[in-house]
Amino acid sequence: MNELSFIQAALVVLFLPLLGFTVTILYGKRFKWLYLFEVAIITIALGISIYMLFIRLAYFADAPPFQKEFLWINLGIVPLLGKVTVELGIMIDNITVLMLFVVCLISALVHYFSIEYMKGDKRYSRYFAYLGIFTFSMLGIVFTHNLLMMYIFWELVGLSSYLLIGFWYEKKSASDASKKAFITNRIGDLGMLAGILLIFSTYHTFTFEAIFAQIKAGQMPLNSGFWLTATGILLFCGAIGKSAQFPLHVWLPDAMEGPTPVSALIHAATMVAAGVYLTVRIFPMLTGDALLFIAIIGALSAFIPATIALTQTDIKKILAYSTISQLGYMIMALGVGAYSFGFFHLITHAFFKAGLFLGSGSVIYAMHHEQDIRQMGGLRKKLPITYAAFVIYSLAISGIPLTSGFLSKDGILASAYAFGGLTGYKIFAITGFLVALLTAFYMFRLIFVTFHGEPRNQHKYDHAHESPALMTVPLIILAVLSIFAFYTANPLDAGKGWTLSSWIKTPPSVVPASLRYEFMNEKQPEVAEVSKSHNETEPVAENVEAKKNEQIIHSEEYTHALHSAHYPAMGLSLLVAILGIFTAYLFYIKKVVNLDAFVEKIKPLYNFSLNKWYFDEFYNSVFVGFVMLLSKILNWFDANIVDGIVNASASVTRTVSTFSNAIDKYIVDGLVNFLAILTGMFGIFLRKLQTGKVQTYLVMVIFSIIVLIFIFI
Amino acid sequence: MQEIGIAHFLIVSSLLFSFGLYGVVTRKNAIMVLMGLELILNAANINFITFAKFNGNVGFGQVAALFVIVLAAAESAIALAIVLNIYKNFNQVNVDEIDKLRD
Amino acid sequence: MTYYTVSFYLFAAIILLSAYFVVTTKNVIYAAFNLLLTFFGVAGFYALLGADFIAIVQLIVYVGGILILLLFGVMLTNKITDTEIKTGAFQVLPASIIVGMFSGVLIASMTNNRWIVSANTPVAADTLRTIGNILMNQYILIFEVLGVLLLIALIGAASIARK
Repeated sequence: MNELSFIQAALVVLFLPLLGFTVTILYGKRFKWLYLFEVAIITIALGISIYMLFIRLAYFADAPPFQKEFLWINLGIVPLLGKVTVELGIMIDNITVLMLFVVCLISALVHYFSIEYMKGDKRYSRYFAYLGIFTFSMLGIVFTHNLLMMYIFWELVGLSSYLLIGFWYEKKSASDASKKAFITNRIGDLGMLAGILLIFSTYHTFTFEAIFAQIKAGQMPLNSGFWLTATGILLFCGAIGKSAQFPLHVWLPDAMEGPTPVSALIHAATMVAAGVYLTVRIFPMLTGDALLFIAIIGALSAFIPATIALTQTDIKKILAYSTISQLGYMIMALGVGAYSFGFFHLITHAFFKAGLFLGSGSVIYAMHHEQDIRQMGGLRKKLPITYAAFVIYSLAISGIPLTSGFLSKDGILASAYAFGGLTGYKIFAITGFLVALLTAFYMFRLIFVTFHGEPRNQHKYDHAHESPALMTVPLIILAVLSIFAFYTANPLDAGKGWTLSSWIKTPPSVVPASLRYEFMNEKQPEVAEVSKSHNETEPVAENVEAKKNEQIIHSEEYTHALHSAHYPAMGLSLLVAILGIFTAYLFYIKKVVNLDAFVEKIKPLYNFSLNKWYFDEFYNSVFVGFVMLLSKILNWFDANIVDGIVNASASVTRTVSTFSNAIDKYIVDGLVNFLAILTGMFGIFLRKLQTGKVQTYLVMVIFSIIVLIFIFI
Repeated sequence: MQEIGIAHFLIVSSLLFSFGLYGVVTRKNAIMVLMGLELILNAANINFITFAKFNGNVGFGQVAALFVIVLAAAESAIALAIVLNIYKNFNQVNVDEIDKLRD
Repeated sequence: MTYYTVSFYLFAAIILLSAYFVVTTKNVIYAAFNLLLTFFGVAGFYALLGADFIAIVQLIVYVGGILILLLFGVMLTNKITDTEIKTGAFQVLPASIIVGMFSGVLIASMTNNRWIVSANTPVAADTLRTIGNILMNQYILIFEVLGVLLLIALIGAASIARK
């Protein structure tokens, strides 16, 4: 398989789901079995993606990205910009194939799961068509090699998530949720668009590689490092919206109104991962300040939803907040410079979170669409497979050794710890550990309440049953993928495993050394001096800059810090995870504490968490309230001032119109009547010609031809 | 009496064409209109053959005439189907009374 | 006054007279039979012009196919019990004037042009071979397309008439 066949395979994988969508949406209503076509299509795509994954990682792991582009628009010479061309293209590197595999696998499993889960729905084939277009738009994001195509598919993902979340649009809450998701995403996308335009106006290209090369050459937006930071943050705004980061995270819990497999697809592997993927793609051009901003956003989004998840009672809401929290982790990891761990966590999280959502789907299916965990309990015996898989996922998300989650989470925590040691921002490490504790607690609260104890709703419990094989097999596959062995041979240290050491490599940063984090630069005394006197000694600085750019991103100091942080971080994270699980065990199995009394004691905090920190209320009162106030002011302005002016002008107009009326009546009307009579006479004449008979027209045509012949010859 | 040349044939074909045209524009019955159309096509065919003969390139003109005949066959089949349809809808085939185009 | 000339005038008379009857007679059946005569005359013209194959095709297709088709049309669209199948004409006067003018223009342009006439070429001995060669070489694509077109016309006519 060479580069060209890779590109061709990528195109096939990209457009197969679109084909599935087109066929299924057009003919699905007439041919009920056509959803199988879509399922078959996604299976083929999965097969090709696995093949591409193996070939790329086995033979081309160290090769440069495969790229192919074509000229899409050539605007020629444009004033102020110069020569403008827009290229579209495909880029395939290790990140791409990993992400491709994740998307295809989860999408395929969701397809299989949905066959059973959605059975009997009246828009059955349309559902599969939507899954197809969603997969298509997500794959577009994965394959793109430029920002413009990324933006196009970004919006397509927004559209298809709108369709899927609002799939049961008869429910008001579902249609509201889809609108909320769409609009909230738009806010983030606005920032992203601004960033893209800023980049295009500076570099005249959308291609990642070209942008990075120009930044490396020292060209910056508006010639200042500040604007480079701003561009990075603006682009990241798109990720804030899509990945449901603070403060735009409010849409994701509401989006649980969609069918449960859709939640697994959108909120585990694809749509929310798109934000992280974007950040991964633009990582080399992010400056130190931008990364710090990203880390702060990540930490906030990791912490706030984790506290909210403690008190929720809807099984899907808990998972939703847990998703935001874990995405916050990834973003934070990228922010503290732990590129590889951030992306690694994206992959591991995709598997176990998709599993959790599908598992909750299995539970909901068994309980006949009951989502409140207070109505469940004791389901362990009724749903053994779901239970076992669920426990494995929960162990993974809590970060217990031997699971994939442990590897990635531990890596993130260690990096945050090392980052704290190097820069003094210890808050990220503290947040990380705290969130790990909370995560372990609420996940096992969920398990204990749902699967253990006595059934709380005897009637529903009696009717519960294990889901059919089409639903449990995906669960088993995802549970197997949550085991460490797929990523590294050493269950305690991912850094040495093949995933991180050879597959995911941190790309070298392209921003000038003075704008990076300190620890990303090699500590050399003369370099520090030169970069301080950057302006005076331009040639020398450039020389050193060039030398520095060749090195890998992390300095020895950082590697060392990371190494020494590894074991303390591992111990601590293990400790907090076990602590969290144990606390949940005490609370919900042993019942050492009277829960109601305890809740009563911390009532304000409990309510604060239960009401999701009042984000929705806050947004409602501030933004909606602001708009309402503004409209009230405008209303008053309209009623008093504008109306006054209008009234005044009205009385003037009346006076004038009295005069004009007189003129109108005698002079203008006479003229008009005359014209009308004239027109009427013409009409009578012309109506004769308009007989409606083709032959009459033909005679006229012949006559005209004769006239034309005489005119021209 | 002069020798029969190209002009003779062309004049006859022109007249035939004019008759056909006259039939198309004056007849009420749709089938009669079709007959006029056939006359026009025949006139065109005569021209083809005539030019072929007097230009020396015998084959090409005749092939063109052959194509016209084929097209005429297809055209009359379709046209008659349409006429039958009209008859079904309006219960008559007089084109002058079918003036829905005016509405 | 050769046989050629005589035949020319004979055929021309047949064509023009019968064509005139086709477009003027009130009786549809008469018109159809006059059309038959016209087709015969035109076939005779083809023969005079050395296009023997086309003449035969003219007879087979026009007389054997199209005319029968037209007669069927007449029968299907008129009540079969009507003994007098008659039909009128309209806008006769304006049509005569304008078509007359048109034919004048046409004849004028036909006669006043100086056509490029090559030296009297002998009539090919076997036109059929010539036509076959051309059809199968230069015009093969058109030939195939025409076949498809006929098929489509067949299907189309059947589907239109069936409705």
